Amino acid sequence: MFKFIASRSLQMLAVLAVTGTITFFLVRLAPGSPFDQERNVSPEIRRNLDAYYGLDKPILTQYWRYFSKLVTTGDFGPSFKYSNRTVTEIIGESLPVSFELGIYAMIVAVAIGVTAGVLASLRPNTMTDYVPMSLSMVGISMPTFVMGPLLLLLFGLQLGWFNVSGWSSFGDKVLPALTLGFYYAAYFARLTRGGMLEILSQDYIRTARAKGASELRVVLKHALRGGLLPAVSFMGPALAGIVTGSFTVETIFQIPGLGRYFVTAALNRDYTLVMGTVILFAALISVFNLVVDVVMVWLNPRLKFD
Amino acid sequence: MKIRHFANAATTILLGATLLAAGCVKKPSRVAQGNKEQVFHFGNGGEPADLDPHVIQGVPEHNIIKALFEGLVTVNPKDLSPIPGVAERWEVSPDGKTYTFYLRQNAAWSNGDPLTADDFVKSYERILNAKLAAPYAEMLFLLEGGAEYNSGKLPDFTKVGVKALGPKKLQVTLKAPASYFLAMLNHDAWYPVHTPTIDKFGKRYDKNNRWTRPENIVSNGAFVLKEWKPQVEIVVTKNPKYWDANQVRLKEIHFYPIESNDAEERAFRGGQLHTTNTVPTDKVDSYKKSGSSLRIEPYYGAYYYRVNVDKTKEKNPALLDPRVRRALAMSIDRDSITKNVLRAGQFPAYSLTPPGPAGYRPKEQTKFDPDGARRLLSEAGFPGGKGVPKVSVLINTSEDHKKVAEAIQQMWKKELGIDVEIVNQEWKVYLASQHALDYQIGRAAWIADFPDPNAFLDIMTSGNGNNETGFASPEYDKLISDSWSATGAARIEILQKAEAILMQEMPVIPIYFYTRNYLIVSSVKGWFPNLLDDHPWKFIYLDENAQPDKMPVLGLAQ
Amino acid sequence: MAVTLAEPPSPATPAALAEVEVGHSLWQDAWARLRKNRLAVISGIILLTMSVLCLIGPFFTPAPDVQDLALYATPPSAQHWLGTDTLGRDLLARVLTGGRLSFAVGLCATFVSLIIGVIYGTISGFYGGKVDNLMMRLVDIIYAFPFTIFVILLMVVFNRSLLLLFAAIGAVEWLNMARIVRGQVISLRKMEFIEAAEALGLPKSRIIFRHLIPNVLGPVIVYTTLTIPAVMLLEAFLSFLGLGVQPPDASWGVLINEGSKSMEEFWWMLVFPGLALSVTLFSLNFLGDGLRDALDPKTSKD
Repeated sequence: MFKFIASRSLQMLAVLAVTGTITFFLVRLAPGSPFDQERNVSPEIRRNLDAYYGLDKPILTQYWRYFSKLVTTGDFGPSFKYSNRTVTEIIGESLPVSFELGIYAMIVAVAIGVTAGVLASLRPNTMTDYVPMSLSMVGISMPTFVMGPLLLLLFGLQLGWFNVSGWSSFGDKVLPALTLGFYYAAYFARLTRGGMLEILSQDYIRTARAKGASELRVVLKHALRGGLLPAVSFMGPALAGIVTGSFTVETIFQIPGLGRYFVTAALNRDYTLVMGTVILFAALISVFNLVVDVVMVWLNPRLKFD
Repeated sequence: MKIRHFANAATTILLGATLLAAGCVKKPSRVAQGNKEQVFHFGNGGEPADLDPHVIQGVPEHNIIKALFEGLVTVNPKDLSPIPGVAERWEVSPDGKTYTFYLRQNAAWSNGDPLTADDFVKSYERILNAKLAAPYAEMLFLLEGGAEYNSGKLPDFTKVGVKALGPKKLQVTLKAPASYFLAMLNHDAWYPVHTPTIDKFGKRYDKNNRWTRPENIVSNGAFVLKEWKPQVEIVVTKNPKYWDANQVRLKEIHFYPIESNDAEERAFRGGQLHTTNTVPTDKVDSYKKSGSSLRIEPYYGAYYYRVNVDKTKEKNPALLDPRVRRALAMSIDRDSITKNVLRAGQFPAYSLTPPGPAGYRPKEQTKFDPDGARRLLSEAGFPGGKGVPKVSVLINTSEDHKKVAEAIQQMWKKELGIDVEIVNQEWKVYLASQHALDYQIGRAAWIADFPDPNAFLDIMTSGNGNNETGFASPEYDKLISDSWSATGAARIEILQKAEAILMQEMPVIPIYFYTRNYLIVSSVKGWFPNLLDDHPWKFIYLDENAQPDKMPVLGLAQ
Repeated sequence: MAVTLAEPPSPATPAALAEVEVGHSLWQDAWARLRKNRLAVISGIILLTMSVLCLIGPFFTPAPDVQDLALYATPPSAQHWLGTDTLGRDLLARVLTGGRLSFAVGLCATFVSLIIGVIYGTISGFYGGKVDNLMMRLVDIIYAFPFTIFVILLMVVFNRSLLLLFAAIGAVEWLNMARIVRGQVISLRKMEFIEAAEALGLPKSRIIFRHLIPNVLGPVIVYTTLTIPAVMLLEAFLSFLGLGVQPPDASWGVLINEGSKSMEEFWWMLVFPGLALSVTLFSLNFLGDGLRDALDPKTSKD
């Protein structure tokens, strides 16, 4: 297993390098520059700006400068838009917030989703299937930009239980976590139901049942491990998605997370911030997928690390 | 048994309810609390890019910076006329080109250092230095030698028109007399910065300098920076070293960078904000009907469509004919657009320049005249719109731009028989397309930096960076440059002639004049409506005894 | 024989294995089972009705882009059954025409992602080792690439079109599918019937298409039905970037987005497009579950 993780870490570095390189060139190819505003600056000032940021140099020179600095010092440079803050600083401030939100949301999603999925799989095509599955669907048929404001209007403005915006007290974290969690709950519910049904119909489960094991024992001890496989392989992308892709929820609830930078950095053509977020995202994806692959082996003893 | 179950359930519910209630005891709202403590909660519309007056260019930045810094003059909150700031008085030479400012003896920095004329000289040198690449350096091109120093043609800054004649005496020499010079001085670009602090925390011409952090910053305004939590809030607190500290009544201002106007409106309704940056269009009616907080104020800005008139770049040949452009302008029912689509008091625009400041009123305007428009179109050889290739209208993605474009699309189809395709592009792509003249008709907006018709008409001179239509008329350019040195009624007449050329050639189709729409609670005092939406913080305070405001009853509560 | 999956009992000879067809019997059985699943049948009927409505409905309503600026957001009435929007356009007409686009995008883009994702994931999982590593790292790279920039560039290089929209969505949506399929295939590969097939020297393509893919259909169907709503909403973001529908046309995603902003004032602008989307999603998912159950041969034995 150690060898497996070591080799995957090396591969991860390659992934980061490739992703970073492609992004570096493509983001500069996109029309529009970091300095374009509704009000244009004069050509002389534009030249000053390009010179200040080294954008007047050939693109390969820019590339070399950027990556040699990044590799030797680990410095992503200052942001183009937030000119007195560095990319590292921005990510350092917002990533923990996104992680916190992501973990709460994941708890909500897994708690609702897996419970509903397991329940549904026990008696397929009965009410105990339809009701939990329908409930778990609410989150996906109601996009976050509908669910978020609805929860806020009801529990924030109408009932006054929570603040309408902000991210300081624990109460501030309830509604965003629910909004984001509900959405992913549907995925977990459906993948779990499918996975469980597949396993529950297998011979070894029948054997266990025939031997008189209690239903609870059958489910918890034998079925759950294999039944969760599809849900688990989805968990890697889901976690990365929750941590980085919560743009809408962050905007609605005014949360200082990283999600908004993934969208706004690209929209602002904040070249350095785009690079920082993309490389971070690639790293997160790689790490989460590695964890998922390890967990899959653990869930399915027939697999080995190769 | 049953009873016990019931009892259990009841206990659980009660316990849950108590816990919930305990967690959510109704505290007084942030606004009510703020009223008592003179703490202002301000919806600022976005996270500031920086707080360095020489580096920034946006409105959220300006709102904070004008609390932290003060220029030579500041403005009267009611009519925006210049009043003494750091300078207690000034003299103007007879030719209108040389200004001598006498700085206050007690003007000081927040660390106690006296504020001297030399600080201004060093500040102006910094913003004009090409190494800093300040976007607003252009503002100081009005100084003699300012543009030349910036472009490197004049390497010696002592030749630039700003001199310290003594520790408290500053002389500024302009390239040409400018009637709006004093009004311009209230802009961030003209604020002084404390160069020793800048040098201490980084390089003077490096934007990525940590001097604007709360722990480092030294400023000279009515407030000092206390806290900066990115994407959460910025807190400024009263500056005891400010020369006019007695006038300042607010203890703190909290700036919230809420970008979504829906989220901001909810925060306002929830008692978290004293003012919002804007108000969602759909909520205007509700606030008009039942709330007491809506403000709709004239604003010195125009919303218009650019027409690409560059012969080599315009892909729709019909649009190169001024008659077609006038026909398009004349078939827009602006009353209906402002009344039915925008619905927040915006004014129909029949000229590029809004009437008002400096006594300017456009003489020749376009009008809503569909019959005349059809005649013009026939004259141009397109009776009933036949032969006009599909016109494409470029907008950037936004609900309101889309609605206006859709309404105009239908009007042009109905009145002129011209088919219109709406192309929406993401913000930066849209800017790049306009810049490259890669469009046929494009949405545009212009909001003036200072209250003067020149702020509008200047942009249409040939080669101006904000013209972006390819429109170039030597006659127009001549009129504009004449207007710079003219004064009074003569100047107004010249500007009217220039505007008349625009309305004949119609490279810009005016649609409406902006209003500033926002929400404000009634406890805010010393806040006066004005054309530039400029509300100097030192005159604002909160009424402790104000009644809570009436909020509109909406949706779920109905 | 401890473990088998969807395949018939352990194959004895190559000839016997070759005979095992996923073909007829499986699909016929599945169809019979599906028909017995009441909810799935109802869902199917609802979906059919919905698509027919969207296809022919707009011929009987006012044109979806005709405005009456005086009719600013009027609630449902005899004239306009679902009310009007803020430009006085008939909401029913807009929901129906919007449905055409949402269905087209939802189905086509999902189909694209399904094909790529399943084939890619199966190959990666089946070959394992270096191939798997390489293929999965490629997925990681594409996954991390900023989608916003990708779409903006797509529009610069090509002209905007519906095809481009499908390509853009397909390009991102297949990634998760590939991961899920790969995970499934890896665990299947270790099962006896696949190892037996390999031992018997059957061509790899045959093993993949005849034995592996049919066995991953369950999670694939489930994930597909989840992809459709995601795609429909993603399309709204793409219109924000300028790809996808252009005004005055609107899809369900765009209508819901607009409606959500004025939900407190004009509930009908959110509720009706939202309802159309939800009903479609619920039906799709129950149909998907039904299909999954029907294609799982084990369920019938229970």
